[in-house]
Amino acid sequence: MGDSQYSFSLTTFSPSGKLVQIEHALTAVGSGQTSLGIKASNGVVIATEKKLPSILVDETSVQKIQVLTPNIGVVYSGMGPDSRVLVRKSRKQAEQYNLLYKEPIPVTQLVRETAAVMQEFTQSGGVRPFGVSLLVAGYDDKGPQLYQVDPSGSYFSWKASAMGKNTLYTFSSLYTDDMELEDAIHTAILTLKEGFEGQISGKNIEIGVIEADRTVLTAAQIEDYLQEVE
Amino acid sequence: MVGKNCFAIASDRRLGVQLQTIATDFQRIFKIHDKLFLGLSGLGSDAQTLHQRLVFRHKLYQLREERDMKPETFASLVSAMLYEKRFGPYFVQPVIAGLGEDDKPFICTMDSIGAKELAKDFVVAGTASESLYGACESMFKPDMDHEELFETISQALVSSIDRDCLSGWGGHVYIVTPTEVTERILKGRMD
Repeated sequence: MGDSQYSFSLTTFSPSGKLVQIEHALTAVGSGQTSLGIKASNGVVIATEKKLPSILVDETSVQKIQVLTPNIGVVYSGMGPDSRVLVRKSRKQAEQYNLLYKEPIPVTQLVRETAAVMQEFTQSGGVRPFGVSLLVAGYDDKGPQLYQVDPSGSYFSWKASAMGKNTLYTFSSLYTDDMELEDAIHTAILTLKEGFEGQISGKNIEIGVIEADRTVLTAAQIEDYLQEVE
Repeated sequence: MVGKNCFAIASDRRLGVQLQTIATDFQRIFKIHDKLFLGLSGLGSDAQTLHQRLVFRHKLYQLREERDMKPETFASLVSAMLYEKRFGPYFVQPVIAGLGEDDKPFICTMDSIGAKELAKDFVVAGTASESLYGACESMFKPDMDHEELFETISQALVSSIDRDCLSGWGGHVYIVTPTEVTERILKGRMD
């Protein structure tokens, strides 16, 4: 395929009008562990698989869902180390906004700035795109919001979205517009379960919940929800 | 000055360099958006430059966030911008007045390097500020409607600037309610 001749340099378009490196980055995302997010009427839930390379790994030391501000959380699919760089940059941008305006940053603004960072790495010399797609979930004056940001720097607002492996199991059938947060959490778990290889438990998934007044990155409570879903 | 669901912001109209009067219609109060006004006393050129910079920042904010800035946010922005120039400051003293969430009046002033002073009743700035403090303190009542507020702020302003040789040539008063903005010119001692 003629495109392969153009896959050496990120900053060169291929004849078909694509930036091949970004396509490859999306492939990296697509083979990453599943993550998903659902926007409910009163909050947002994000969840991800947490498959560790060995049972000897201390799962409490691994945290895939991260907090960006007290009311914005993020989960990723793809390369973990890349996501850490983005989380670091986003946190700094959010704090800078807060320092200037003494106000928490609106979700859209933070998503926009994070996407701008990701885009920079698709147009600079000597760098490669980030190998992650992020699901940014937050709650601000405009209510609950869920955004997906891709390696190219494009972002979309979703009512519900999944990324990574096995996303054929979508939730278009389960999702309803006025879902409550509790239902959304159950739907998230059910969807994760569909594509899960092995036995799902509180130790190999992570769930994050963002409501009007708090961001909760749950742990043992997952077990309770799992029981309910059974 | 704060009233019931409204506020008033007023200034004098003299622009001078010590004893010489350069202008008698100098605009010192600027509108940032329909519910946010900024008064800048002090050095004329710094007042104009700072106003232009703030309008610039606010316009970008409006485009990005698709909404107007809240007065509290704007005050934080002004404070940050002034402190950036901590060791070469703008020689201005801003007075910020606006209607915030649910049209609640918000006023504040700050010194030339951005130290905010919030108040629930009135804030003053300028060469006649000591006079103004006295006049406002004695004439202010809480929860005045916009008619009474206009009378009060006008009396306080005119009585103070008439006694100050560096202020004068009348007054400019803006009364802002959730539905409208009224601008009036006052006549004081024209000297």
